[in-house]
Amino acid sequence: MPLLQVIGLSKSFRGVRALDGYTLQLSPLSIHGVIGPNGAGKTTLFNLLTGFLKPTSGTIHLLQQDITHAPAYRIAQLGIARTFQNIRLFGNLPVIENVKVALQSQFANSLWATLISSRAFQQNERELEARAEQCLELVGLTSQRDQEAHNLPYGEQRKLEIARAVALNPKILLLDEPTAGMNPNETDEILHLIRRLRDELNITIMLVAHDIPLIMNLCTHIQVLNYGRLIAEGAPQTVRTNPEVIAAYLGQAKYA
Amino acid sequence: MSTLDDRPANPAIGEVRPNKRGGVAALIQSPVAIRLGALLILAIGLSLLHLSGRVFWQGLVINLGIFMILVLSLNLASGFTGVFSLGHIGFMALGAYGSAILTLPLAKKADYLPNLPAWLASIHFDFYLGPFPLGFLLATLLAAGLVAGVALLVGLVLMRLSGHFVAVATLGFLVIVRVILFNADNFTRGSRTFSNVTPYTGLWWVWFWAILTLYVVWRLKYSAYGRAMLAQREDALAAQAVGLAIMPPRLLAFVVSAFFTAVAGSLYAHFITSFSPTVFYFDLTFRVITMLIVGGLGSVSGSVLGTVVIIALAEALRRLEDVTLLYGMSQITLAVIFIVIILFRPNGLLGRREIVLARLFRKGGEPSP
Repeated sequence: MPLLQVIGLSKSFRGVRALDGYTLQLSPLSIHGVIGPNGAGKTTLFNLLTGFLKPTSGTIHLLQQDITHAPAYRIAQLGIARTFQNIRLFGNLPVIENVKVALQSQFANSLWATLISSRAFQQNERELEARAEQCLELVGLTSQRDQEAHNLPYGEQRKLEIARAVALNPKILLLDEPTAGMNPNETDEILHLIRRLRDELNITIMLVAHDIPLIMNLCTHIQVLNYGRLIAEGAPQTVRTNPEVIAAYLGQAKYA
Repeated sequence: MSTLDDRPANPAIGEVRPNKRGGVAALIQSPVAIRLGALLILAIGLSLLHLSGRVFWQGLVINLGIFMILVLSLNLASGFTGVFSLGHIGFMALGAYGSAILTLPLAKKADYLPNLPAWLASIHFDFYLGPFPLGFLLATLLAAGLVAGVALLVGLVLMRLSGHFVAVATLGFLVIVRVILFNADNFTRGSRTFSNVTPYTGLWWVWFWAILTLYVVWRLKYSAYGRAMLAQREDALAAQAVGLAIMPPRLLAFVVSAFFTAVAGSLYAHFITSFSPTVFYFDLTFRVITMLIVGGLGSVSGSVLGTVVIIALAEALRRLEDVTLLYGMSQITLAVIFIVIILFRPNGLLGRREIVLARLFRKGGEPSP
């Protein structure tokens, strides 16, 4: 049974079809890549899957549950975490607090317990802190825990965003251009991190990237979007040699 | 500056914990002991002031406490969530009128507000528990509870807005409250002064509520509720992406804040004992916002500091005014100070940082290594 099942997903912005009849069967523990030229609808797709946009038509099921019209925060709670193309951290909060925010729904306290600072509340907060530190350790940000997030260098901000998403304990993690603007060294680190998330934490990964070698290297399955439509799908090797894909990337003339 | 907690944690300093020292020293330096100590000092100060019989200074310290409640509440609603409310003084007005109607002696009520509905005209919260005016406490709680209910309704509509829109909309709320107070003659005497309120409010009452407000706001800030407020202020989209709905933290902040603002209104009403709707308007709104901004939006200790600084400055300037006969100078000076702070320290004196009592003490008592 697919973890995530999407059927006929479409989104129009004032008549412009940003995504048209998209279909997906995401199997557990895959690393699924979505590629395509600029404006192909990749980010729109992520926004639809995470509830930040409402589809014009189509359905999205997480396991058996219909989440097509669920609000974004609910989808996050149900197990689809994401990062953003242009990093979105809680900039003025310390690094550790960024992670705690994502963890706290798993360590809920009543308002009353909070106000009287009950034993259960203190215990919960300690566990929350410990879990948050584990998440930072995973991405190697332990030493930065008390820095304000906006003070981190770019590459570490990306890692923190991933740590925050992982803190949700998600079934699926959607990464929107996780290596954009990174040097080869940092790209390599992210690549290893993504594999670890899949292998050690059993998180199914779906990612959008422009970095074709990265995608070919990392993904078990690839989909190619162009002008909002799926033009190819399959294992990296088959997609690489698909003439329509080559045409979309290199232009019609070469194909013809 | 050495006691602010925003510096990157220095493990070398963090390790030097008092637990290596004798038991008594460790006990004295524990956070609980320091907080109790601070409370004790405050209690002694208030007792001395109470016994001294100096009415003027007592009044000033009562005012300080009332403003502290107002500023802390506004910080909770606006500083933590980033949803700036210009309408809070409306909640204060409702709290003041609501509680005053409840505690007004029956004879006065008949004489004064002859058109009150019968059930309200026959209510008089004057019961005592020994020397303790339980009626005043209940009237305050009841009025503040009702105001919190109003805030919930208002918030359900207005907390959907952000930025400038919410500021303008809450300002609209302030105007609406004022118009209602002016026109609900049967309850408020309209534009005429509402007086003869029993002067229940004293030093102890005000500072009990001020400390309670401080405690609640502090606890909320360092909890999941506060983190949710701060997170959606920082980035609403990212907050949703980590499973937080936007409305609940905003509503919680708004409603709790309105509750304590209404409490401040009740305390104020039973302190000055006569007032009219004109009191609860732009002037007071501006004053509270000044204290909040000067202290630092989002900083709890900043709110306390901002209130003390502005009250002290206002008082000093007023005295100077009496000497120099330059009347109006104090208000102009305060406004100029406000502008200067906005220009040079736009985040206020403390910004988002906090003064931590425990660290103040530890620093002082620590022998250099």
